[in-house]
Amino acid sequence: MPKLLPIIEFLEHGVKKPIWDCKMCGQCVLHSTGMTCPMTCPKTLRNGPCGGVREDGHCEVKPEMPCIWVKAYERKDSLPLPQSWRNHYNDLRPPVDNQLKGTSSWLNLITKRDQQTPAGWSAENATHESQ
Amino acid sequence: MSDFPSHLAERFSTSERVFTVEFPSIDGGNLAAVKSRVDDLLPWFDAANATDSPAAHAHASNVAIAIALQNFGLEPILQVVCRDKNRIAIQSDIMGAALHGVRNIELLTGDDVTAGDEPEARRVFDVDSAQAIKIAATLRGGRYLSGRKFSDAPDLFIGAVENAAAPPLEYRAERVTKKVNAGAKFFQLQICFHGDRLENFAQTVNASHPTLPLLPTIVLVKGAKPLKFMHEKVAGIDIPTEVIARVEQASDPKEAAYQLARAQAEHALSLPGVRGLHFTDFCHDDSLVRLMRDLGVTPRPTGSH
Repeated sequence: MPKLLPIIEFLEHGVKKPIWDCKMCGQCVLHSTGMTCPMTCPKTLRNGPCGGVREDGHCEVKPEMPCIWVKAYERKDSLPLPQSWRNHYNDLRPPVDNQLKGTSSWLNLITKRDQQTPAGWSAENATHESQ
Repeated sequence: MSDFPSHLAERFSTSERVFTVEFPSIDGGNLAAVKSRVDDLLPWFDAANATDSPAAHAHASNVAIAIALQNFGLEPILQVVCRDKNRIAIQSDIMGAALHGVRNIELLTGDDVTAGDEPEARRVFDVDSAQAIKIAATLRGGRYLSGRKFSDAPDLFIGAVENAAAPPLEYRAERVTKKVNAGAKFFQLQICFHGDRLENFAQTVNASHPTLPLLPTIVLVKGAKPLKFMHEKVAGIDIPTEVIARVEQASDPKEAAYQLARAQAEHALSLPGVRGLHFTDFCHDDSLVRLMRDLGVTPRPTGSH
């Protein structure tokens, strides 16, 4: 398997780079974002657009580029995607695990490595009420 | 109960209107520069935003200003943007401010570095605003993101920001739910010159979150020129041509700009879920106090909270 790793990573990048401008974050969420990669957002926002989207739906940082979240919102319904993928559109995606950069998200999906989050993220305290 | 409960949270639990203000950026001078501005704002406002290098310009830091406001008796809302710091620094900033009694924490994406005067800077965006909200909620629960526990967790009152006027319009209200689920308890809304969009947004949000307080932002300017500047230069702000023309062609453009802000304020206050307003003042004269009086607000004796 270790010998295969670079080959799988090479293959994944070879497929995803030309189509989605893949950044090899190693924790792919394309399926839930209308097949539009949030890592191509100049602010790498994985949970929706910033407040700087222009009136024409283009990016604050790169005016020539359509906002990836405007595209994602349209594509999640316009593309023939499974309903289960669409249902994940508004999921709260955890912070990127920077240790996975450059690794194959296909392998990380199979091994569930891409689902590992810091203990404080998954703890049942975000809904904690004290009032 | 915490030693420093959020006064802002208490105000939202009453039926009274709540008014917050953008605290002006501070550069030189010393704390006297902060104090003199606090004295002007204290009679009118429930809390002030301690901004985090707004428009990607360096100023005295959000944490330092928040602590100063806290000490001078004007409750701060510590703004934390994702542009300049990673998740470790964000948590340290929140905990450091909390140590001084700062309880209101508002997490937002932040303008890009290219909006500022140092576009060469590296942008960080290690986490996004929704993630930062959940991290603040984690701190409130007595843990760092890593899971490491600590005692006497601060009773943080966590806020968020949304732009009701920017595309994708239909998604903006939906995304509020994501931030609420992450831990946001109140929302300040970005400057909006499309009353219809604000109205749709407030109605949709209020239908799913009837008790969620919304504070739309009202901006005070001196005429048509700053409106044009915002329209052309500030991403996320679109001002209809006829709105700018109405101010520009008025016999008294400054008065027309004031009346525009007043009409926006009254409209915003009529919307469901809107519990008050947030103000950004670019006039730096008596316009803000005039607007507060016109909205029927009476100044409170200072030193009351």
